[in-house]
Amino acid sequence: MSKPQADIPEVSYAVPDDGYGHLAELRTDPISLLMRVREECGDIGRFRLAERDVVMVSGAEANEQFFRAPDSTLDQAAAYPFMTPIFGEGVVFDASPEERQQMLKNQALRGDMMRGHAATIEAEINRMVSQWGDEGEIDLLDWFAELTIYTTSSCLIGKPFREELDASFAEHYHHLEKGTDALAYVDAYADIESFRQRDAARVALVALVQAIIDKRVARGTVPKEERDLLDVLISVDYGADLITGIFISMMFAGHHTSSGTAAWGLIELMRHPEQMSDVVAELDDLYADGSDISFQALRSIPRLEAVLKETLRLHPPLIILLRLVQEEIELAGHTIAPGTMVAASPKVSNRIGEDFPEPESFDPGRYLDPRQEDLVNRWTWIPFGAGKHRCVGSAFAMMQLKAIFSVILRDYEFEMTQPSEDYRDDVSKMVIQLQQPCRVKYKRRSR
Amino acid sequence: MTATMRVRADLDLCQGHQMCQGEAPDVFGFDEDADLVVVLQEHPEESLRPQVLAAVKYCPAMALGLLDQRKDADD
Repeated sequence: MSKPQADIPEVSYAVPDDGYGHLAELRTDPISLLMRVREECGDIGRFRLAERDVVMVSGAEANEQFFRAPDSTLDQAAAYPFMTPIFGEGVVFDASPEERQQMLKNQALRGDMMRGHAATIEAEINRMVSQWGDEGEIDLLDWFAELTIYTTSSCLIGKPFREELDASFAEHYHHLEKGTDALAYVDAYADIESFRQRDAARVALVALVQAIIDKRVARGTVPKEERDLLDVLISVDYGADLITGIFISMMFAGHHTSSGTAAWGLIELMRHPEQMSDVVAELDDLYADGSDISFQALRSIPRLEAVLKETLRLHPPLIILLRLVQEEIELAGHTIAPGTMVAASPKVSNRIGEDFPEPESFDPGRYLDPRQEDLVNRWTWIPFGAGKHRCVGSAFAMMQLKAIFSVILRDYEFEMTQPSEDYRDDVSKMVIQLQQPCRVKYKRRSR
Repeated sequence: MTATMRVRADLDLCQGHQMCQGEAPDVFGFDEDADLVVVLQEHPEESLRPQVLAAVKYCPAMALGLLDQRKDADD
């Protein structure tokens, strides 16, 4: 019954094959490539990435098979070679990515920790906004990237560590994220500018962490309640390189994703003034009684949540999710051999017209009763992935985004400083970020 | 002929966040050993509907479902 892998149609070429199959297009216009796979091939199609076949699925049925596959069948770590030089070649973890994800969930992301995280995040946002004055301009990428360095480091590693950081940590971290060129599928250490910057940034981060370690060692031990994860890692004799690698990996999933979603959420609200007024009215009403943001951010804020969900649907931070096949698996009626890469695409699935009517339009009403298009389409509404390995930080991320918008929309109004269509993503790296310039004007609200 | 709620939890998807226990403590419990949700009441009474809906909506793993069915129909 099941058809062989060779029968899966291969997508056309829009950028000529330079010897590495579709890699050239993946490095310049990945979204067109992924969209074309579905248009031309349907629920299952193929493209070439260096010496490997990548089989991409889309649609509810095939996505469910993909996301339900056990770890023994589909391996996550081997599918992302561009991450190895970022975490550090020498950083050998005892645990698989799945186990690390579980550890993170059981410690820093536990439900009962959320209240504390919400207060921490509110304080970090207030701290940055307090420098704003009555009016001015910010670059969305720089501003949210710096903010989310402080929030993720403070919540996941600890407040004492966060207090040692300034904008330079965020800048170096940004260079790591920019070092995710898909050329890594051929050679993760190729002599190109973005890889050189990536490696220099990692060296700089290790030096920053080493300096913090030296201060801690000179200070001596402190009472248990004042210790953070860095103290724990120093106490078990981990070196600066390994500790930096652990911190980078802990922060990675929560950083560019939250930063980009916050920026796109604000852009979409500026593009849709009627949605902006609705959300501002909702927040004004919610905080009219003077209640704490850290309290409300953990509770239901339906309109703002719907805007954030729609932002995530249209601008998923990760456009492709990859796995390496370890044991033969069946997807959409085809048998896929070990060694093949398989993929699901949030960017493509989130815009399937049968599941999301008028898929290109920004319509937060999709998530309100009775439509609930995210719950109804749980295998195609996949900005957080799906299945057992669905993003463990989704609740943390939504709480953080709600806190950010609660603070900035309470006190300020925003205006674009460039044509609306000039706010766009730089898609030349696997970690997608806003293309600069992406500046906006803010002005204190008069009330 | 009255409609009745049927609560489902997909244990392959549950990540053990325990958010549902906060939203609907009478309907959802937790198996500490398995690190998985336990449905305490498959057919909770109608008054619990808002709580159950919130649990379904805010489950970080999208592991919960709520079906409406007629009482006289087969489960």
